[in-house]
Amino acid sequence: MTDVSQDSRRSARAEASRRAFYRFRQSRLSMVGATMVAVVLFFTLFGNLLAPYPEHVRGGLNTAERFQAPSLAHPFGTNELGQDVLSLVMAGTPVSVAAGFAVVLIGTVLGVVVGALAGFNGGWIDDVLMRFSDLMLTIPSLILAMAVAAALGPGFVNMIIAIALSWWPGYARLVRGEVLQAREEVYVAAARAIGASPARVLFRHILPNIVSPIIVKMSLDMGFAILTVAALGFIGIGVRPPTPEWGTLLSIARNYMPDFWWTAVFPGLAMFLAVFGFNLLGDGLRDVLDPRARR
Amino acid sequence: MLRFILRRILLILPVLIGMTIIMFVIARVLPGDPVGLAAGPNATRAEIEALAREFGLDQPLWVQYWTYLSGLVQGDFGTSLFSRRPVATDLAAYLPATLELVFSALLLAIVVGIPAGLMAAVWRNKWPDYLSNILSVAAISMPRFFLGLLLQLCFAMWLMWLPLGGRFPIIFDPPPGVTGFYTIDSILAGDWESFWTAMRYLALPAIAMSLSPLATILRMMRASTIEVMHQDYVTTARALGLSPRLIVFKYVLRNAISASLTVIGLYFGWLLGGTVLVETVFDWPGIGLYATSAIVSQDFMPVVSVALVIGVLFVTANIVIDVLYGLINPKVRYQ
Repeated sequence: MTDVSQDSRRSARAEASRRAFYRFRQSRLSMVGATMVAVVLFFTLFGNLLAPYPEHVRGGLNTAERFQAPSLAHPFGTNELGQDVLSLVMAGTPVSVAAGFAVVLIGTVLGVVVGALAGFNGGWIDDVLMRFSDLMLTIPSLILAMAVAAALGPGFVNMIIAIALSWWPGYARLVRGEVLQAREEVYVAAARAIGASPARVLFRHILPNIVSPIIVKMSLDMGFAILTVAALGFIGIGVRPPTPEWGTLLSIARNYMPDFWWTAVFPGLAMFLAVFGFNLLGDGLRDVLDPRARR
Repeated sequence: MLRFILRRILLILPVLIGMTIIMFVIARVLPGDPVGLAAGPNATRAEIEALAREFGLDQPLWVQYWTYLSGLVQGDFGTSLFSRRPVATDLAAYLPATLELVFSALLLAIVVGIPAGLMAAVWRNKWPDYLSNILSVAAISMPRFFLGLLLQLCFAMWLMWLPLGGRFPIIFDPPPGVTGFYTIDSILAGDWESFWTAMRYLALPAIAMSLSPLATILRMMRASTIEVMHQDYVTTARALGLSPRLIVFKYVLRNAISASLTVIGLYFGWLLGGTVLVETVFDWPGIGLYATSAIVSQDFMPVVSVALVIGVLFVTANIVIDVLYGLINPKVRYQ
């Protein structure tokens, strides 16, 4: 008896995910996005290894070959230090993706904790937590991150902390709303009736059921997190050279326009394509996982 | 209506107080060495001690906060180490430039985004719709500072149609200040030549700022138009044999716009945040450029003050949107 019900449940679940995957494949743009993200992830893992001039990634320079236009030896040209721009762009991928992912992950964890506490408990805890996150939302995130990063000082970790601090309120709001809805569902009442503790109800029953909107928001946010990281680099409070980061590369290259346009255009293009890929993928995931937003 | 507006204004007081607490925490509690940070990297020990006494850093935190808050109320945002002037004076000088840029970008986004979104909805699932969908995702993914650089490269450096940066030629006097917006001031003075110059300087930064909100307004407008077109009264109008043009412009447009209005309010804050990047690219002398140059010279108070001012502007903008919403839609007023 239990075997049969488990079997049918498993096959129902497999059927549902097959359908979701089918719907995802039907949308050509989502597939393009998924491919682009796959390329970005490939360079995240292997960008450092594949860079044609690894010594330039480590900060080495070659003053004899400054500002070479794109050629076969240097497809993206060389910069003011004679470094190969292609190598820097490739090695910049893991920096941006890791920073963006760390921001989204920390923001999600903080937001889920705050939102779940607020939605599940209600009452004054809800009021205090939500008023606080509304307050954080009133200051544009880039500006807040800028002020925090300026207070903490430059650096990779400080930058991630600064952005993540401005990132969680969106998740807190989302999770609170979902928890409030899920709290009224029959399965929660059933779990309570059996005598499950509040913590068990929250973690075993409610949270697994609200994962998909969180994942959709994470994938949509990934692109914006990469943009924010690059923006802080561009302003000059993000990752410091010689660590190659797209925004920082762009802010240095700005001084050498228009004659040496390739030093700015290629890091910028890499940034744009990575964010574009994540946004297309996020849109596709939302259409599949969140039926309410389907058009 | 007056009561509705007054209540909204009263509601922002706690938000403002909360914002000053956040900024106080960022300015005084978060940095390991607030005095050193405020005094700058080259301060001597005696200077630092004098500053610590001036700031009252030997006092308990809540006394410090009270001093900070009463300073803010009197318009004292601290002193900039870079310009050696009170931050409040600098902010007052730079704010109009930022507002002019933000409002122009928002205007551009609305004027193009709303009709484009309407068209995408009318031609739903045809090629203009697909094209606008791809383009709007691309526009949202485009880093504003990179877009700014590309625009500079094309229109200012290669084609040389428009100026590279700045707000007005240094050799000329800007139009007499009434509003602080050069475009409006030059119209008020009847000086069309200055108006044209100001517009030429404004064009590239405003386009760079507006692209992403334009795309969002377009998508929002498309979604709300599609929703409205499924309403019963639209079906009725169609059944009555009204022309599609009349249906769209008379019945659909107004209802779809009011739904997009809230997004525009939210985007105002986003634009204010992004002004930092675009102003840096185009040397636009607003509070964003002020903040970034302060960061570079490790001058801390301007950064915090700019964040505070932007937060206050954002809250104010949302109040205005709330009131507008109440004017358009009477149902909201009495909730």
